[in-house]
Amino acid sequence: MNISLDIWTWISALLTLFIFSFLYGDNPFYKFAEHIFVGVSVGYTIAITWHNFLYPDLIIPLFKQGNLINLIPAFLGILYFSVFFKNLSWMIRIPIGFVLGYGSGVAIPAIFQANIIRQIQGSLLTPKLLERTDLLIASIISLFGIVCTIIYFFFSREQKGVSKIMAKCGIIFLMIGFGASFGFTVMARVSLLLGRLQFLLRDWLGLIR
Amino acid sequence: MRKKFLFFNLLIFSLIFSLEIKVLDTPNDAGNSLTILITKPMDVDYYQIYRKEEGKDFILIGKLTREERCFIDDKVVRNKTYSYQVIGIKDTLKFSSNIGYGIPKAQFFNTARINVLVGIIVFSFLILYFIKKARKGEKLFIRRISGLDAVEEAVGRATEMGKPILFVPGIGSVADIATIAALNILGEVAKKAAQYDTTLLVPNRDVLVYTVAYEVVKEAYSNVGRPDAFKEGNIFYITDSQFAYTAAVDGIMVREKPATNFFLGTFYAESLILAETGAATGAIQIAGTDMVPQLPFFIVACDYTLIGEELYAASAYLSREPLLLGSLKGQDYGKLIILFILLISSLLLLLSNFPTFSIFSKIIEFFNVS
Repeated sequence: MNISLDIWTWISALLTLFIFSFLYGDNPFYKFAEHIFVGVSVGYTIAITWHNFLYPDLIIPLFKQGNLINLIPAFLGILYFSVFFKNLSWMIRIPIGFVLGYGSGVAIPAIFQANIIRQIQGSLLTPKLLERTDLLIASIISLFGIVCTIIYFFFSREQKGVSKIMAKCGIIFLMIGFGASFGFTVMARVSLLLGRLQFLLRDWLGLIR
Repeated sequence: MRKKFLFFNLLIFSLIFSLEIKVLDTPNDAGNSLTILITKPMDVDYYQIYRKEEGKDFILIGKLTREERCFIDDKVVRNKTYSYQVIGIKDTLKFSSNIGYGIPKAQFFNTARINVLVGIIVFSFLILYFIKKARKGEKLFIRRISGLDAVEEAVGRATEMGKPILFVPGIGSVADIATIAALNILGEVAKKAAQYDTTLLVPNRDVLVYTVAYEVVKEAYSNVGRPDAFKEGNIFYITDSQFAYTAAVDGIMVREKPATNFFLGTFYAESLILAETGAATGAIQIAGTDMVPQLPFFIVACDYTLIGEELYAASAYLSREPLLLGSLKGQDYGKLIILFILLISSLLLLLSNFPTFSIFSKIIEFFNVS
């Protein structure tokens, strides 16, 4: 056993245990760690915003390099604070509109390409599949699942008769997919827990190598 | 004499079996690459690719195996002239190609994405058409979603128990569609909470979402004639940090013990932590998100879950906002088009296996994107 003598490791380990104590129920240790976490995170965000964005992207180009073009994003950014003034609060719509417009313009073609075109391409039954029966059956089941799931998410008609049966099949396909996703993510979470346990047992208590 | 003979033989060999290359500007890019094609290959072990910039010497930039014919040089600067030469290596012998020239240029339009453009135009048209219809006051039918019935039930339960309602609008920004949908539902929940005089708590992670949520709740209280019941402090900002926010919301759940929890919006890894804590406190929970990896957690830990697009549908159904109704309707018809394309294209592609219908094999090319 080789307990750490580093004060920061101790603080980190104790805060980890305080947060873990939530498994027992709400208690003063958890409250203490929670409040520190929230307070530190707010302070950290302010520092990060200054060091990673405001200073390198605005202050240096504007005041040290004289790039006056940076006044435009600076002005748009300042408009966010207009929300604190009742008469001017409408001006917040300008930067929000800018962000939404730019964001949509960049995101829509990329999402359309990745989530629709490529998905359609991957779901089509191609002649190549006729060479292997197992692949053909799997692809037909997959296509059937896609059709049923799309019908489940069709909101313009009441689900009755055939569409109801297909929608029910769709939800079964969805649940199978969610089950696989659940298992996969639980594995990832367990690895996160292992990382924390390793920190406690190795870095703090020195029980493992 | 022997040397002369050897030189002569090599010269003839080079002329007969000469290596030829072509340098092309890579299509559909931002002018940051050139494509070197070996148009006349040789029987060699491998190829070396050399590049020369103006006023500099040739430098080795890459290799190709004997089977490869194409090399993409993406370390070039737009509108500069480059020269290339390929050397074929066979044992100790070297065979030089001609020198090819190229200038990388940016293309204004990526022709490989015409299918994306067509798709976006069709979808946009459908959405705009139905928005226009909704704005004209035409009744657009949207089926009721089962999870919505639970909203009233959940608010009623909180009222009966004399406990608050917790509404978590996710950790996304105000630009996320799921957040916008969540805020629309928040308005309806706030109206019911105001009518029943039930406390509504709305912790926020994003400053802008907080601002909008505040206005939405305040307006809802006014709309049902209860502006006096609106409590400013119940809609609050916590922090921008994902897990600090989660820890704080968990704390609220175990201390305030809300009778009903709503988790609607964009969620990431915190979804299970929130839903599990809420389930442990015995609250009735209604969740909804379009983040597919988080849906399984909500499904297992919550009483009702709005899956993906159901969240948007719920928002449109409750708010009856023409913009949302029209968008949902447009998307529905978009889905029908996709269904049609999937089934017809699959059928035609399978038919293309027969020589008479081989023309249909080209259908797959329409879905190629780069």
